[in-house]
Amino acid sequence: MTLVWLILIPLIGGLLSWRAERMSSAAPRVVALASMGLALSISLWLWATQDFSVTGAGFSAAAGAPQWTMEFRAAWTPALGASFHLGLDGLSLLMVVLTNLLGVMAIACSWRDIGRRPGFFHLNLLFNLAGVVGVFLALDLLLFFFFWETMLVPMYLMIAMWGYDAPRGKSRTDAAMKFFIYTQASGLLMLISIIALAFVHYDATGVISFDYHDLLGTPMTNSVEWLLMLGFFIAFAVKMPIVPLHGWLPDAHTNAPVGGSVDLAGILLKTAAYGLLRFGIPLFPHASLDIAPLAMWLGVAGVVYGAVIAFAQTDMKRLVAYTSVSHMGFVVIGIYAGNEQALYGVVVQMIAHGLSAGALFILCGEIHERLQTRDLRNMGGLWTRLSNLPPILLFFALATLGLPGLGNFVGEFLILSGTFVVAPMVTVAASTGLVFAVAYALIMVQRALHGPLQGAVANATPDFVDLSRRELSMMFVLIALLLGLGLYPQPVIDAARAPVQAFDAHATHAETVRAGPVLDLGVGLGATTGGSQ
Amino acid sequence: MNEQSVALLPLVVTTATIVVAMLAIAIKRDHRLIAGITIVGLNAALLSLAPGLPIVEAHAVVVTNLMTVDGTAQFAMALILVTTLGVLTMCPPYFDGYGGHREELYLLLGVGTLGALTLACASHAATLLLGLELLSLPMVGAVAYQIDRPRSIEGGVKYLILSAGASATLLFGLALIFAESGALDVGALAGAIAGAGLGSPIVTVGAAMLLAGLAFKLSFVPFHQWTPDVYEAAPLPITAFLSTVVKLGAFVIALRLLHAGVGSASPLIVTAIVVLALASMLVGSVLALRQTNLKRLLAYSSIANFGYLAVVLAVPGVEAVRAAGVYLVAYLITSLGVFGVMTVVSSPMARRDREEIDEYRSLFWYRPDLAGILIAMLLSLAGIPLTAGFVGKLAIIGAGVQAAQWWLVGGVALASAIGVYYYLRVINALLVSVDMTPDQATVRFGGLYRATAIMLLLVTFATVLLGVYPQPLFALGRYLAFP
Repeated sequence: MTLVWLILIPLIGGLLSWRAERMSSAAPRVVALASMGLALSISLWLWATQDFSVTGAGFSAAAGAPQWTMEFRAAWTPALGASFHLGLDGLSLLMVVLTNLLGVMAIACSWRDIGRRPGFFHLNLLFNLAGVVGVFLALDLLLFFFFWETMLVPMYLMIAMWGYDAPRGKSRTDAAMKFFIYTQASGLLMLISIIALAFVHYDATGVISFDYHDLLGTPMTNSVEWLLMLGFFIAFAVKMPIVPLHGWLPDAHTNAPVGGSVDLAGILLKTAAYGLLRFGIPLFPHASLDIAPLAMWLGVAGVVYGAVIAFAQTDMKRLVAYTSVSHMGFVVIGIYAGNEQALYGVVVQMIAHGLSAGALFILCGEIHERLQTRDLRNMGGLWTRLSNLPPILLFFALATLGLPGLGNFVGEFLILSGTFVVAPMVTVAASTGLVFAVAYALIMVQRALHGPLQGAVANATPDFVDLSRRELSMMFVLIALLLGLGLYPQPVIDAARAPVQAFDAHATHAETVRAGPVLDLGVGLGATTGGSQ
Repeated sequence: MNEQSVALLPLVVTTATIVVAMLAIAIKRDHRLIAGITIVGLNAALLSLAPGLPIVEAHAVVVTNLMTVDGTAQFAMALILVTTLGVLTMCPPYFDGYGGHREELYLLLGVGTLGALTLACASHAATLLLGLELLSLPMVGAVAYQIDRPRSIEGGVKYLILSAGASATLLFGLALIFAESGALDVGALAGAIAGAGLGSPIVTVGAAMLLAGLAFKLSFVPFHQWTPDVYEAAPLPITAFLSTVVKLGAFVIALRLLHAGVGSASPLIVTAIVVLALASMLVGSVLALRQTNLKRLLAYSSIANFGYLAVVLAVPGVEAVRAAGVYLVAYLITSLGVFGVMTVVSSPMARRDREEIDEYRSLFWYRPDLAGILIAMLLSLAGIPLTAGFVGKLAIIGAGVQAAQWWLVGGVALASAIGVYYYLRVINALLVSVDMTPDQATVRFGGLYRATAIMLLLVTFATVLLGVYPQPLFALGRYLAFP
């Protein structure tokens, strides 16, 4: 029942804060913050008290029914064989904690950003977060799809109603629509795959079911497995995003309100990676094995392309948006490398990227609030005017470029060293992304903070103030977490151990079942498992 | 009463309602009285379904060889009556300000409903045609109701000519099949159509003509050209009736004639249906993209939506019929909601309907309640989860996947993706913030609008509830497939 509450609290909080708008414009924010705070404490309490090491057979169909630290099941639509089935293991827990944490941040950073109808904004934000938590917990494929799509409409409304119209760029409604159509169209492919998978299972067993446990290990022919896998893969590839399906992301970010950007980059993109780890690969192990080389190279393309394009941006928010493409490229590589070490890297990278990109988007919002522009050509010399914001921006820029001692470094290092065992060429190519990262991170710092006082910074009004206490405390929390993740990532790795090991075993199992030409290339999911520890 | 009369009670009560309303008009013209009589009468007709339920649960009731009341008929009758009642809640406030005779409209709607009910029970070519004409002809009058406006007349005449042409084609088709098989019974006709093939050219031609006639009534592409014009010309409640009850009645008979049930269908007919369905969903969606008139957009959207529904005609088996039931319920609820909001927003008959998308700009900021309902309904039409529309689409895709009709499934996915764009265009317009003009804040719920408001609340509640918890929808859909 705790799991249900994790979803219900944001839903109820959203409704309450919507109604609270009638009292005052601050009331919705307080209500929303309180409910996300409550959800965060519950998830942290779960982390502290529950045992996440027993999740031994998380993915492996061969090793009997999957085990979950916590599980909840209730009837939902028996006519379709769909049940309200939730489960929590270490991986979902980490993602839920990240969601709730960044949810708190998204509310805190929108404190002054949202003028009109704050209640309805927070309704959307919290409904979106509820959908995300649902995605991380759902163990029924139809339920998973419901939550997957639940994230969509609130995000669309947030961008369309409270976003910015980019100067000389797309209007916010266009950006919102683009986001919606990309995700919805790819989601439909996944829906078809889900239904088809259920029917394949029905043909084999005579039982109609959408349950994850039932559908794992469904026997099917190669071509069917490929087609169904592609439905999932494309949906996740759009959301992740994997180049060339990333077209919606820069526009959505540029036009979204700050809170929406934090939500989008920090949390929404992670649902795709989680979906691949939980559903996309375990349900279709052989086809995933086949597509692994391609997917890893697409990941490399994302790493390099995102970094190069980011370097060319003049809009600060757009720059950060493209760094997300680059960072999520590493996640793709790690997932399809599939050995234990790379997967730990994936988990750490997802969390570190959530924190650092979230922080950078918040900083973009704060700069925009003060200068009324995000154009880097129109900035310069910020450091001479402010004393707190610039060093913090520098810190997160360094985190983004993967400075050792910060979370992103741990993630990227683990991914690259894990991948090297399976696909050395991929690793070499992806490593260039680290060099580009230095370039885009430093150019942003240099243009915004250093140099002579000029542009909007020089013209800023005298009441141009430094970070408020609210903003500072948000930043310090994020700094502390990134440092913690960089210096002592062990708690995260411990929590992720059981699911990662099970995933690894599952992938290896798929490989031994199907020994084919793929093995000869030495590239594939968990082709070598010796790289861990 | 014997069980035949009990089973036919809804038709009897509806007929009585029409007669009473007509006499009341003869005695005293009173808009609200006539509206009240019609609404009470149709509610009674809905209730009179209840005594027949246990009888039909046991076995289908055959009334002479003209009509059969089975599960399908009862399910369709319930849907027809509920939807008509929904449409009727929109009529009083809408027509209250109309200068001409307002009362006859309810007669026309009543007769149309009777036609739809007849179609639902028809088991003979005679009742089939009778029902079809009872359903179509009053609509000619209803579309052209505002006879002082050229646009109405044009719409009415267009509907009259094309509808008569379609009926004639259908009749010719029936005659050809009769010539070959000697059957006029719907079941036997369906059997003959299922056997259509290159070996029996007369039946095949007959089946093709029959399919064309029905395709016109259901506005499948390429028989769809009348739809946007007529939808645009008709008063809003009539547009609602055209896109719900009229299509529902025609679809039920199409299901009886063309769906193979548990048997095997004629490959030729299935191919024809697949082509019609694909063309409808794709052409409907693509043509909707550039519309600036909401009524025309909804016309194209209904073409696309019936394209999705046509998938079940190409899929044999009871499961597919159940999917049709699920989809129909979701579609009817959603359409009522959309047209209900439009009716409330439109100034009642004072001038033309509010139908340009631009006239809905920033509705969200001054009437969040109406805009919220409209957004929910449009999302449901687009098939976004957490709405009933998604469940309907899920059922349709399920049916298509089960029969491995990959072209159709792909078409549904593609058309839905295109559909998201034009529905979002409307939603975007609702969300745009501009300064409001004085007349924009005038509409208030109250007086005659109260019934519409209650209908809208019920419909919204149903859309969301069935979207979150679809089990009842599937339980209901089962009845369409009842033998």
